[in-house]
Amino acid sequence: MAMINSPAELERHRQDILSKRNPGATRISICAGAGCLATGAGKIIAAFGQEVEKQGLQCDTHIKGTGCPGFCERGPVVVIEPDDICYLQVTPNDVPEIVSRTIKEKKLVDRLLYVDPDSGEKAVREADIPFYKNQARNIIGNNIKIDPKCIEDYLALGGYSALAKVLFQMTPEQVVEEIKKSKLRGRGGGGFPTGIKWEAARNAPADVKYVIVNADEGDPGAFMDRAVLEGNPHSILEGLIIGAYAIGSHEGYIYVRQEYPLALENVGIAIKQAVEHGLLGANILGSGFDFNVKVHRGAGAFVCGEETALLLSLEGKPGEPRARPPYPATKGLWGRPTNINNVETWANVPLIVNNGADWFSQFGTEKSKGTKIFSLVGKIKNTGLVEIPMGVTLRDIIYKIGDGIPGGKKFKAVQTGGPAGGCIPAAHLDIAVDFDELTKAGAIMGSGGMIVMDEDTCMVDVARYFLNFLSEESCGKCSPCREGVKRMHQILTNITEGQGKEGDIELLEELALSTRSASLCALGRSAPNPVLSTLRYFRDEYETHIRDKRCPSHSCKELVSYYIDPDRCGACRICPRECTSGAIIGDKNLIHVIDQALCNKCGTCFEICPSRFGAVIRISGEPVPAPIPEEMRIIVRKKNPKREKQDVGNLVTN
Amino acid sequence: MTILGAAQNAGVVIPTVCHHEKLQPFGGCRLCTVEADAGGRTTLVAACVYPVQNDLVVRTRSEQIDKIRKVLTEQLLAYAPESEVLKNLALEYHADKDRFPKEPSFCILCGLCVRYCAEIKQKNAVGFVDRGPNREISFIPEVAAVECWDCKECFRLCPTSALQAAFVLMRSLTSSVSPAKSAAKNGNQTIAAVERHRHRGSPVASDGNGTLLQTTAKG
Repeated sequence: MAMINSPAELERHRQDILSKRNPGATRISICAGAGCLATGAGKIIAAFGQEVEKQGLQCDTHIKGTGCPGFCERGPVVVIEPDDICYLQVTPNDVPEIVSRTIKEKKLVDRLLYVDPDSGEKAVREADIPFYKNQARNIIGNNIKIDPKCIEDYLALGGYSALAKVLFQMTPEQVVEEIKKSKLRGRGGGGFPTGIKWEAARNAPADVKYVIVNADEGDPGAFMDRAVLEGNPHSILEGLIIGAYAIGSHEGYIYVRQEYPLALENVGIAIKQAVEHGLLGANILGSGFDFNVKVHRGAGAFVCGEETALLLSLEGKPGEPRARPPYPATKGLWGRPTNINNVETWANVPLIVNNGADWFSQFGTEKSKGTKIFSLVGKIKNTGLVEIPMGVTLRDIIYKIGDGIPGGKKFKAVQTGGPAGGCIPAAHLDIAVDFDELTKAGAIMGSGGMIVMDEDTCMVDVARYFLNFLSEESCGKCSPCREGVKRMHQILTNITEGQGKEGDIELLEELALSTRSASLCALGRSAPNPVLSTLRYFRDEYETHIRDKRCPSHSCKELVSYYIDPDRCGACRICPRECTSGAIIGDKNLIHVIDQALCNKCGTCFEICPSRFGAVIRISGEPVPAPIPEEMRIIVRKKNPKREKQDVGNLVTN
Repeated sequence: MTILGAAQNAGVVIPTVCHHEKLQPFGGCRLCTVEADAGGRTTLVAACVYPVQNDLVVRTRSEQIDKIRKVLTEQLLAYAPESEVLKNLALEYHADKDRFPKEPSFCILCGLCVRYCAEIKQKNAVGFVDRGPNREISFIPEVAAVECWDCKECFRLCPTSALQAAFVLMRSLTSSVSPAKSAAKNGNQTIAAVERHRHRGSPVASDGNGTLLQTTAKG
């Protein structure tokens, strides 16, 4: 590929790409994000290739693996252009039918379409599916249109035009002003105004400055950044180069966690292609501006997502945070002014440059502008990535986009902001999701994790789970975090195991105060959030665990018991067979009984007892009824007198 | 100039454990937490690392600060209940040394030994290993066997009476890189004695003067 040496050449190249594309041709896009690949997208892509060739359609059909469009619940997702037909949960076996019916005969394969569970209506196009309809997908909307390994796809959509505009029509100061005017705030969790951060780095006197993409996404259950990195790496690169120009930096790093192999691969390819096209490296687009970027692999420490720890890790030192000030904007990587932004923040930059700050700030609330990607997971029907304008209510996200709680269960809480976030109960579902409202509710925006919990979730156990994570991920440098999180975790473990005592709640609050106020970095300062938010909204659950040794959600293993109601037991022999600890005594026509001494409380019997019996009962905080005497365990069947006789006979001989 | 430095110049006492005048500020123990008012916003900051600026108003004692220092002292006392430094802090801030279950490792991870060896001696014979609640200090046997016997300067910096540094040093030296050889070279009786104890499975430490002390290992 020849280097592109001017904006005019870039535009010509884009027209070239578009002119080679037959608008009437069929384009099959298959999500090749990490989630869909895990459920077989690779095989589907291969199957389409073979089938299209077999049916002789290869001339007018283009097949590509694309980035993640977000509807992970129903993956693998296949979108067929030009009619934008969206098929869900496609398997390789469906491929021949899709090719012969949809591509050849232009008819639909009904069973692969989205069906509205309430109305029963089918949705043909992506835009008609409620999951997508209620979003504003400025960033991830392009994922399904782009093969992330192919720069032409990004260029065809107007890629790198923002870079050309910045380099030839704007001064660095104007770029900073535009970003400031857009009121974009950092998407990594802090919510600091991006433009002000850029300005500080721009104004810091130094010859060498750095720009960094923070792609060390480590929150359990969160994958927003991964989807953008894997699905549209050029958008991040373009944002980064624009930022470098604005700040006056000629060297950048993309810090990607090692656990994201596909993201690393796609980012590596994108950098190579950008260099080959003259969009990265020396004299970008003939503008005289030089910028180079390197990829650094994070070694797996959660705390390296904290910017000062990330910088030390980049320098080859242990990833431990240091005190701020000085802030990285004045003293960052190797002591030089450094600007670090999250993946999603960088991806917003080309959009703001192309469409203007006013366009961007029409989305969102007064103090939180733009859209935000959330990973909606947990007890929710539509698991996936959701991009919404700031200000949409939690209720709309959970019920309109997420379609509510599966299994007819009741909603209990939603945990936002990653492991150090907070739990918000049903009474506060109508708060508008933005930086400030979530903070007021005792949670945080974080980087966009959203975990939905139903009535079966114990909130004390949730706090224990997150404190365990944070305790393991604390670097251990400062004592309030190392010791405070460890002690809080110990107390929570005791409470969930029935060892809680009076005074534990007050001690938790005291530890939370010192950890929150005195810790060195944001990890420690936000680590008490899971405890404080659950104490704020679910204090009665803590009290019930401590005083009555009872878990109201029947979830804490040490506080529940299982027993079999003799009046309901059908003696079907399923639970004795499946019991993982051999604790269930019973046989054909002999009522089953759980030996409490042997029971390991795995709950298997509770789950597999056929619903027509529903005989296994889970209790908490009350004594287990005594087993019925052995002589009363024999069931005499009335339905079939002949069988009953035979069965009883067997029992007697036994 | 940090808040701590300014306070010391003015004769105002701010408690510290991990701070040492010869070493770079660390900000680990956080006992020097103070309230800083800048531009109408009050934040809690570590005095040993926070730079002073014009019009910065600092409060070194308040109900909130005392509460924090009390809990921090109690947390550290679980590891080193007999440390004089911590006992004095406990008196000042009414800390209960039995607040948390005891885990007497004698090390409160202030890092004075680690930083002194790195910054002043530039030997890096002792370092931190692991992270979070599993963090501990460890001598690097290959370096320690050569450097430590004639130095031991870190021992007297230890706020928990040198027991931990001595113990960890012993353990490192007696469990790898032919300690017998280095013991013979130095004519040091302690190592041989420790070696004998180690084989009997008894955790042993030295106070640095060749005297053996019984102690309990962390982990």
